[in-house]
Amino acid sequence: MSRSSSFAPLANSTCIPWAEVPEWPLAELVRETSADLERGARLCAWLGVPEGAGTRLVAVIAFDGDNTLAAARSFPAAGAYAALTPAHPQAHMFEREVWEQYGLLPQGHPWLKPVRRSAGAYPASGEFFRVEGREVHEVAVGPVHAGIIEPGHFRFQCSGEEVLHLEIALGYQHRGVERGLAGGPHRATMSQMEAVAGDTTIGHATAYASVMEALAGEEAPLRAQWLRLVALELERLANHTGDLGALANDVAFLPAASACGRIRGDFLNLTALLCGNRFGRGLVRPGGCRHDLEPGRLSQLAGRLGAALVEVEQAAEWLWDAASVRARFEGAGTVSPSQAAEIGLVGPAARACGLVRDVRYDHPAGWHRLAQAPVAVWPSGDVFARARVRWLEIQRSGQLLREQLGAAPDGDIRSDPGPNAPDRLAVALVEGWRGEVCHVALTDAAGRFRRYKIVDPSFHNWIGLALAMRGQAVSDFPICNKSFNLSYCGFDL
Amino acid sequence: MFVFDTIKHRLKRGCETMAYPKGPPPPLPDRHGGALRVDGAKCPVGCNECVPVCPTQAIAHPAGRGIALDLGRCLFCAACVEACPHGAITQTGDHRMAARRREDLVLGEPGAETVRLAAALDGKLRRLFGRSLRLRVVSAGGCGAAEADLNVLGTVGWDIGRFGIQFVASPRHADGLVITGPVSQSMELALRKTWEAMPEPKIVIAVGACAISGGPFAGNPEVMNGAEAVVPVDLFIPGWPPHPLTILDGLLRLLGRVEGTRFPAQDHEPRN
Repeated sequence: MSRSSSFAPLANSTCIPWAEVPEWPLAELVRETSADLERGARLCAWLGVPEGAGTRLVAVIAFDGDNTLAAARSFPAAGAYAALTPAHPQAHMFEREVWEQYGLLPQGHPWLKPVRRSAGAYPASGEFFRVEGREVHEVAVGPVHAGIIEPGHFRFQCSGEEVLHLEIALGYQHRGVERGLAGGPHRATMSQMEAVAGDTTIGHATAYASVMEALAGEEAPLRAQWLRLVALELERLANHTGDLGALANDVAFLPAASACGRIRGDFLNLTALLCGNRFGRGLVRPGGCRHDLEPGRLSQLAGRLGAALVEVEQAAEWLWDAASVRARFEGAGTVSPSQAAEIGLVGPAARACGLVRDVRYDHPAGWHRLAQAPVAVWPSGDVFARARVRWLEIQRSGQLLREQLGAAPDGDIRSDPGPNAPDRLAVALVEGWRGEVCHVALTDAAGRFRRYKIVDPSFHNWIGLALAMRGQAVSDFPICNKSFNLSYCGFDL
Repeated sequence: MFVFDTIKHRLKRGCETMAYPKGPPPPLPDRHGGALRVDGAKCPVGCNECVPVCPTQAIAHPAGRGIALDLGRCLFCAACVEACPHGAITQTGDHRMAARRREDLVLGEPGAETVRLAAALDGKLRRLFGRSLRLRVVSAGGCGAAEADLNVLGTVGWDIGRFGIQFVASPRHADGLVITGPVSQSMELALRKTWEAMPEPKIVIAVGACAISGGPFAGNPEVMNGAEAVVPVDLFIPGWPPHPLTILDGLLRLLGRVEGTRFPAQDHEPRN
């Protein structure tokens, strides 16, 4: 597997000298990447690094079975190259992104459109895929949606009620996160990381802190790593519980919806007990954590966690017992395991297609090296499976926290990470509640960010929603959408 | 499962809505700290400890005067509170911080150490909206956090419907526009169209540091540094994101349904 790869191996949350990353002509990088993806690797990041008049492409891949990451790069290039996407659809959004940002043209890409903008215009103003026919009609939704939800545009091609094709056009939330990071870290960088996706504050903040610690060559103290695990699993509990409630709401099963809505708040308040903020802002910093769980606070947290877990168990029981809920969940929005692997799904959406894929297990870093929950998998790939995986993960994260709250290591929670090493490539993966959060940093000769790449799990998964909708009734869009519950801002950056 | 079981479960959970505002408000988490109080008079000449630690450059120290802290840019990280050696910046634990005018969020001058809390709508608007306010929420570059804590107000614990406040799907049905996020360039048109589609009279509420000032993204050319660049704002609710209690207080204050500046006693846990 990874031994036969020509990529440079590295472990999660470490860095390697930029000079030691193998470099090839662009066409060869595409060939080598393709060969490794055929051997079972997964594309974590594919990014451009401008150099001189051209752009280097950098590929970061994961050999999940070997617990290894690997990186390679191309020589600076310009113009066109033979695209990776036709052989490996999981690269489709990455190649569109690099084309939009740096103008490297992936020839043979089946649907080459900007990812976040249309030349000088608003997102979604370009051309959409159209199905022709007398019975075919088009439904356009967004950017502003009916609920309290982020903006994005959905374009359905329908034959009667049946969706033939869904195209998703995003970019409305683009805040220039990556561009603003060049030359950083800046004063606002840590806060921006906490707002890449507000519901994944701990996930992104931990990935950023891990990158910084890798570049400084010093890990955070063990107790801080333990605190980060506690916060990350609380984030998962809150969001998964909220999603179960929202799914119940979308099929009009209100008892579970209202109960889960409130219990989600109980989990958020546990994060607030830890750090003052319901979303975990102000907790994770490079070098450690800013707040500790002293004994009184720890026992309060354990007690309230236990009570919330009992309540969520009860609410979930109503949900799974109700035949009306199962009838709506089962067989809706199905993605097959082979489709899921081909498009590179991550997180609960991938595990709901039977893929055993979880950063906490495949590429453990931090306290997850010492404490793990079993990977939660369900085979059917439908709304039911995505709900079921969330429920399994609520139980397993709950159990993991119950054990870990009694196993805290002593010691400091903060260290002072030194300056960033110059000319290094650092990679950090974190299994956020939505899936793999990937941060890649390249430093310049002064240790500043030359390029910083963020891959939110939503970047991989939006296409999964589009595929899940094929052949579905358009009225099933809300539950299919909610079963993925992807981030707009995490994608738009 | 029979319908009977469903009803039984629901009854067993009982009424889960908090007593506030009839009873005391739920306490903020102790590490939240609440609104800041800034005594610029305590700042010695030449002390600038707090200025560089603020991630959003919310603190200015004009020569010859005390510091001025803009709560509309504040991310409530408390780095300045930790950095200040003179006790000039302190946490009050107070959840109330909504203001009607942008300048009422600037703290530091004598008499302006804390937020000048929002006054109620006057006369006609209060008669129109006081018991029935329909709000359309637009996230414009928001990260989903302020949006989440607006959604929370609709859950059974907070039950914002009991005040006649409701989030609606169409701007045509709305009396007010709630904006979250720093307003990305890409959302400017959609935001303006939403506002224009609302019938007069209408109000605008900016929720969170991002919608007030751009938050941590202020200065990025991809964003417009808050809602005021596109529409006139009638109520500013600081926070990153604001605690649901802070949002609720702002809305009720605007409608004249909570008044006064006394900080009431708080003695029970939040229900949500």
